[in-house]
Amino acid sequence: MSAVSTPPRPVRRTRRLPSFVPWAVLAGSVVVGVLLSLLSGELTPTGAILFGAVVYAIAITAISASVEGGRWARDRLATTLVTGAFLIATIPLISLVALVATRGSLRFGWRFLNDDMVGIFGAMTEGGVYHAIIGTVYVTGIAAIVAIPLGILTAVYLVEYAQPGPLKRAITVLVDVMTGIPSIVAGLFAYTVFVIFVGPQYKSALIGGVALALLMTPVVVRSVEEMLRLVPNELREAAYALGVPKWLTIVKVVLRTAIAGITTGIMISIARVIGETAPLLVTVGLVNNVNFDAFDGRIATLPVYVFRQYAQGGVSVDRAWAAALTLIIIVMLLNLVARLVSKFFSPKGVR
Amino acid sequence: MSKRIDVSDLNVYYGDFLAVEGVTMAMEARSVTALIGPSGCGKSTFLRTLNRMHEVIPGARVEGKAVMDGVDLYGKGVDPVEVRRQVGMVFQRPNPFPTMSIADNVLAGVKLNNRRMPRALAQETIEKALVGANLWNEVKDRLERPGSSLSGGQQQRLCIARAIAVEPQVLLMDEPCSALDPISTLAIEDLMNELKNDYTIVIVTHNMQQAARVSDRTGFFNIAGTGKPGHLIEMDDTSVMFSSPSEKATEDYISGRFG
Repeated sequence: MSAVSTPPRPVRRTRRLPSFVPWAVLAGSVVVGVLLSLLSGELTPTGAILFGAVVYAIAITAISASVEGGRWARDRLATTLVTGAFLIATIPLISLVALVATRGSLRFGWRFLNDDMVGIFGAMTEGGVYHAIIGTVYVTGIAAIVAIPLGILTAVYLVEYAQPGPLKRAITVLVDVMTGIPSIVAGLFAYTVFVIFVGPQYKSALIGGVALALLMTPVVVRSVEEMLRLVPNELREAAYALGVPKWLTIVKVVLRTAIAGITTGIMISIARVIGETAPLLVTVGLVNNVNFDAFDGRIATLPVYVFRQYAQGGVSVDRAWAAALTLIIIVMLLNLVARLVSKFFSPKGVR
Repeated sequence: MSKRIDVSDLNVYYGDFLAVEGVTMAMEARSVTALIGPSGCGKSTFLRTLNRMHEVIPGARVEGKAVMDGVDLYGKGVDPVEVRRQVGMVFQRPNPFPTMSIADNVLAGVKLNNRRMPRALAQETIEKALVGANLWNEVKDRLERPGSSLSGGQQQRLCIARAIAVEPQVLLMDEPCSALDPISTLAIEDLMNELKNDYTIVIVTHNMQQAARVSDRTGFFNIAGTGKPGHLIEMDDTSVMFSSPSEKATEDYISGRFG
């Protein structure tokens, strides 16, 4: 090419749209959306919003292209699409929580939390979930006691000790496969194990806990593994260079640095299993009274309770919604605890 | 509180790859030994063999002898953890423990090893190490702040304080100033001058002026080509190395006429 260089252009100033324009366009689009919805048959909110969104995306891009130029127009379009995707993603979440809260609040209350189902039948509106809360705490607690140490130790082995080779690959593949096990299979497995080793008469929260632990362990392994890999190698080397043995380095530096992420991962795994219904249906069943013995007798759990009450129909449906609300509140409380743990234990001091 | 290390016929491998071959050298007690050479010639790899940090990398191994105090560091029955308690290390990038306060970082060698220490002694150790690392005046009012709240240069001096708090015999420094500004670099060079009264110091550096300023003896590493092992070309008193080296390659490297 020629060696003559073109003189550098001055930095161009682009004309920008005033900040009220997107909002004005949005308002206009909604009006057009309503009109289009009317034209297409009858006026529905969904139709109006859908038409409005499409009109807005086209209009803001076109206006921006004519005033601000191509790059800004693409930026406007991308912003619109990203925001739209976010809103669509939040719709199911918000509507679910709102629905459970409104339907559930009908029965939900102090009495509902402190009552069991003994002597409740027909169209009686009394009765509660006390026995099911106890059962859920027992079953999930047993699952957590088994799965959390097992999962953390497996992850520590995979990240800190395992040499690259067939054993490590096999464990990783098996963990992945376990993540995909249908929950009913886990339930049948636990049921079978106890039938073989303890006998067919034995029923207790322990069986349900084992079934849930089977589902929970791979989730714990995966999330803890990811967190341990995020700990910089420099920190391990710093500890080694101070003459700290490997196991103490893992306990006091690696796990300590990753504790916030590990807690979050564990909470996600608990949330994953606390709502499991199928494995508990086949292992622990459902009773109407409180059972404080985790090692003997059937026990009620919230998911199975919801299932049964909803199946009964009539006024029982309200109890199902209230129990579902209870379950969501428990998961939210657990999440709150996890957030507090992350807040207090995560590395401090941003530069 | 310092010992010399005599290395003889040391070969360093990553798996099957011979990274450094046939190094024989002595690191004198109470002096600074500088290792210089082009990138990838095995200086850092060699340095990491001196406190058995090299073998932390999977597949890495070492042949040959490194004798400190009459004991071969690679002899049978020698615990690498014991070696590392005697031979401390400061890394290229400052790496304070992010979950610990400044004070806890200094005491990390004690705390991570689950040892108890009386409060008064702990205070004394913290002050002594931080004074030794020239950091005390800057941090004495905020010992409970997190270590990562310090600037890069301060973090590096915190790491030095952490290394000397366990009172090692030898201090290895792997390009300790490469991530620092000139003022922090000067502070650390001054510090090395003081530390060599008590410790044997081995420093890897890319900065020839730094090697000339701080070291008593200098070793020059070179590599014949990519994929070939690194060699110790020559080693002598720093003044000799920088004025009249006996090898042509050393002279070329030092005077910047390399390659």
